[in-house]
Amino acid sequence: MQSFFDYLSADHHRCDELFAEAEAAVGRRDWAVGTVKFQAFRAAMLRHLDMEESVLFPAFEARMGHAGGPTRVMCNEHAQMRELLGSMADSVSAADDEDYAGLAETLLWLMQQHNVKEEQILYPMSDQLLADARSELIGRMAAVPAV
Amino acid sequence: MQAAGGLDFRQAPPFFVPLRFFLTAPVFLFLAGLLLFTPGAASWQRWSPAILAAVHLVTLGFLAMVMMGAFLQLLAVVAGAPVARPRLLAGLVYGPLTLGTLSLAGGFWLSDRWLFYPALTLLAAALATFALAAAASLRGAARNATVFAMAAAIFALAVTLALGLALGATRAGWLELANFVALVDLHATWGLLGWVFVLVAGVAYQVVPMFQLTPAYPRRLTRYLVPLFMVGLLDLPWAQEARSAWPGDAVALFLAACLLVFALATLYLQHRRRRRVADVTLDYWRVGMACLVGAALLGPSGAQRFPALLGILFLYGFAVSVVSGMLYKILPFLAWFHLQSHTQAPAGTIPNMKSFLPEVRARRQFAVHVATLGLLLLSTLPGGPWRYAAAAGVCLSALRLTANLWGVWRLFRAQGGRSG
Repeated sequence: MQSFFDYLSADHHRCDELFAEAEAAVGRRDWAVGTVKFQAFRAAMLRHLDMEESVLFPAFEARMGHAGGPTRVMCNEHAQMRELLGSMADSVSAADDEDYAGLAETLLWLMQQHNVKEEQILYPMSDQLLADARSELIGRMAAVPAV
Repeated sequence: MQAAGGLDFRQAPPFFVPLRFFLTAPVFLFLAGLLLFTPGAASWQRWSPAILAAVHLVTLGFLAMVMMGAFLQLLAVVAGAPVARPRLLAGLVYGPLTLGTLSLAGGFWLSDRWLFYPALTLLAAALATFALAAAASLRGAARNATVFAMAAAIFALAVTLALGLALGATRAGWLELANFVALVDLHATWGLLGWVFVLVAGVAYQVVPMFQLTPAYPRRLTRYLVPLFMVGLLDLPWAQEARSAWPGDAVALFLAACLLVFALATLYLQHRRRRRVADVTLDYWRVGMACLVGAALLGPSGAQRFPALLGILFLYGFAVSVVSGMLYKILPFLAWFHLQSHTQAPAGTIPNMKSFLPEVRARRQFAVHVATLGLLLLSTLPGGPWRYAAAAGVCLSALRLTANLWGVWRLFRAQGGRSG
């Protein structure tokens, strides 16, 4: 049976891939491709954040017996990512590759240190805590609609 | 943000904790450059007072200073085990490390035995406190190859410190040591290979794939490289004690092979990176890995015949390069992160990492660094005017690095970030 770790880490990697494609296209100032790639990246990111916030985190909190703690820190960082993605969308519309490069670098660092915390601690912990509900929860995450 | 169920997800520690270390370190690099102008540094004699002083300014003042600041950050993010009282710990470590390094360099340079009193006391206090606090935190850490390497590096730091204290006491005339030269070699080996290399390798397992989007290091490499390397380090003195030369040589060759494997694996992964934009930190890593390959191929036989060349390749070419490259990411990211939490402004509206440290400024400093590395290597050839140019290069590169890092801090303050 697939674990949260496998399922969500694979999604992190998919987002990384799309990030790199968008960054490369914008770096070349190829705005036609860059816009499409950025939109694909942003959609994948927003969907990933939604899957965690609407399915995994509530189940995790219910099992822990309280909100706050690890999931709240994760949600704060999600909010920062959404804001950066919003500013990146503005720089794509304005065809400002320099602004995009700085925002993308910042988002990458935020995202990667965030992913380490999830992959090293939160996902393995969820795999233990929610072992009995795993396939049902992963099924619900897979059904989260694209943004 | 509070602990929950034994987990502490705070983005520890406060900005001021690592910041002090990062802003002070490049100044020591500048001081080391100044010493290279002095006549005592003329022929790169390993035992000359100026060279001993310069080497310790680089290893303690620059490398250990940055690595310890970064270590506190890593404990929180990678190990999930932040130190309990980061402000207190940083306070106990930073002052004694700074003053102890200055006294030690002064003691070496002026050949003044009285300066060794404050030097040894302060450095013992700083490094032992740090090692104990880090070891205590690591006991509650997640288990992975990076955490293992961090623990091994802390152990190596403790061995390096103990040997250094005994050697310093001998130099100050309080202790008589047989095998003085062999112990100096052992001190340098544990410091450079055990503390510097092992920590860089452990950190690389995380940061190389994460920020260049490369494939992960092969599992077998991350699982076995550092543990086997540590066994080799522990064996080294016994192997060298043996009557015939070969066991010692075999262990030294094995250690060199480990450096080579790590450097080549890193270069290969970076070659296969998915992120394709120009990046000064990536270039710093590649220069660092190329120099590590050079050092691995030159040593162990080169340690006797070309100590200056080996020292420059390892210290300036490998360690200073990698650490400078990492500073160019860690400091702007932390500035951004803490500024956002201090001001609570929307994340996309405050200066981003590249506004904190413009790529073009980092790129110029990198160019000076690489030119300096070339001059340093040339200066090991007998004769020639290269030494003064190399010394000037080290100073200029350090000044530009200082200006770039302090610029991050200035913008952070100007934007309403708090220092506390």
